[in-house]
Amino acid sequence: MIEIRNLSHAEGRTPILHDITLSLPKGGVTAILGPNGAGKSTLLSLMARLRPLQAGSIAYDGMDIAATPTERLARKLAILRQDSTVGSRLTVRDLVGFGRFPHHRGRPGPADRAAVEAALGQFDLAPLAGRFTEELSGGQRQRALVAMAFVQATDYLLLDEPLSGLDMYYARMLMRLLRRLAEEHGRTVVVVLHEINYAAAHADRIVALKDGRVALEGPAAEVFASARLSPIFGMEIPVERWHGRPVALHYT
Amino acid sequence: MAHRGLAILAAALALSCLVYLVIGVRGNWGFVLALRAERLAALLLVAASVAVATQIFQTVSGNRILTPAIVGFDALYILIQSVLVLAIGGLAAAQLPEIGRFLGETAILALAAVALFAALLRGAAGDVQRMVLAGIVLGVMFRSLTAFVQRLIDPNEFAAVQIASFARFNRIEAGPLWIAMAVGAAALAGAWAMRHRLDVMALGRDHAISLGLDHRRMLMTALVLVALLTATATALVGPLAFFGLLVTSLAHLVLRDHRHAVLMPGAALIAGIVLIAGQTVFERALGLAATLGVVVEFLGGLVFLALLLGRGWR
Ligand SMILES: Nc1ncnc2c1ncn2[C@@H]1O[C@H](COP(=O)(O)OP(=O)(O)O)[C@@H](O)[C@H]1O
Ligand SMILES: [Mg+2]
Repeated sequence: MIEIRNLSHAEGRTPILHDITLSLPKGGVTAILGPNGAGKSTLLSLMARLRPLQAGSIAYDGMDIAATPTERLARKLAILRQDSTVGSRLTVRDLVGFGRFPHHRGRPGPADRAAVEAALGQFDLAPLAGRFTEELSGGQRQRALVAMAFVQATDYLLLDEPLSGLDMYYARMLMRLLRRLAEEHGRTVVVVLHEINYAAAHADRIVALKDGRVALEGPAAEVFASARLSPIFGMEIPVERWHGRPVALHYT
Repeated sequence: MAHRGLAILAAALALSCLVYLVIGVRGNWGFVLALRAERLAALLLVAASVAVATQIFQTVSGNRILTPAIVGFDALYILIQSVLVLAIGGLAAAQLPEIGRFLGETAILALAAVALFAALLRGAAGDVQRMVLAGIVLGVMFRSLTAFVQRLIDPNEFAAVQIASFARFNRIEAGPLWIAMAVGAAALAGAWAMRHRLDVMALGRDHAISLGLDHRRMLMTALVLVALLTATATALVGPLAFFGLLVTSLAHLVLRDHRHAVLMPGAALIAGIVLIAGQTVFERALGLAATLGVVVEFLGGLVFLALLLGRGWR
């Protein structure tokens, strides 16, 4: 379970998050929605201890991130940041391999190598394994970065807009994979999404942020409704049912 | 480790050392060899210190242009030496126990480096252009401040402590500087122990934290190691502006590997080859004393320009 209590954050004098209190159950996929600038990335960065906490607390299964050694947290949660870049010139295999670092601290064993090969297979990266990441397309690199977070094998997986740059095929593949991780492996996935239909199709819970506050929270089946989503994005979002599933028709 | 590039470099360095030791020996072989071996050890340590300090600094600062020398680590060290002379006088400084003085100056350098450069590296993290600019300005500031303090010192007193303001490989003083060599060797061992964590640091701050590194502590540790290595090299031969940049750039070019287990020894081996072979060619074969420093700095300066003008911001 992720417990966020009274979390507030400001950059300089600009407040970004206001007193967020949120608890996400263990297991399942939670989609974080909200307009640009709502504070989704800031929230995920704080949850992943990438920025220092200013006010409030965050705990995973009772493990407070401010009081837990960072190497221990690296075996508890993994994050994929939005617009993540890599400082080194690495092959895809080496990059994904770094995801195992929290487990081997520099001396990968056979189990680590096997996990990396399995992830390369699962993300269709085997044919690209020897290529350098800067020679890949944006979507291919994104897949490699997701595989790196995935191979970290943590209970909690935080992904900030992992679908950006992915084509339809890989976007759906990734969402199905996240679903499987939650269902078959009991992992907890928190994923920032822009295309709300992916949330309808794959998420158990939805949290929507607006202007640094939680504007909406609840089981996807309840929350995914026109009357609730429209005010958050400030536009009319019709939600229809198609073969028994809710579908947002916000394209026209 | 069976890395082909490293093996070739090691062989080249071994050959350079052999030639350095035996070329043109006349008279008492035992005496000459012992003298040369001592100098050789000091030169090798300087080479390794500069190479490893530069590599570590570039990794934790996330760029391939700035080096400890360019941001003024060695100028800061000389500044500390100069301020000491100014404060207590050259004769008194010269009479201080060598070990105590070196350790004291090195400790001050380490503290100052952490205080000054940790702020720079954190403040401009991710903004390489701003960091490069700020780093170059800092370097220039320390150098002019050092020059200013040295003007204030009585010339006679200045001569008494022999503060080096340029590199001199031919008059390396190994004898009284065993303590510098010991500190340098310990810092090199520390850098080697960090090699895997440095690989992770090279990915960038957020990846490093996410993979479980205490980024702040790594930064501090790295800066302290860089300070120790710079103090060692500067105490032994004097400041070297672009030498580190030259050898790390060559190491990246030749080895094409991201692992510090390869990059650090590779840069150290290349630095050793440049110093030892260069010393042999320029001073023994061509008879041009004290020119190696100039040539090395000229080549390093060219690399610096090429990186600044080219795409080498990272
Ligand atoms: N480093 C920063 N400095 C100042 N403002 C920032 C910084 N990072 C984000 N912000 C501001 O905080 C708000 C939330 O940003 P962010 O969390 O990235 O939103 P989202 O991911 O929901 O689009 C935005 O208004 C943005 O301009
Ligand atoms: Mg965002």
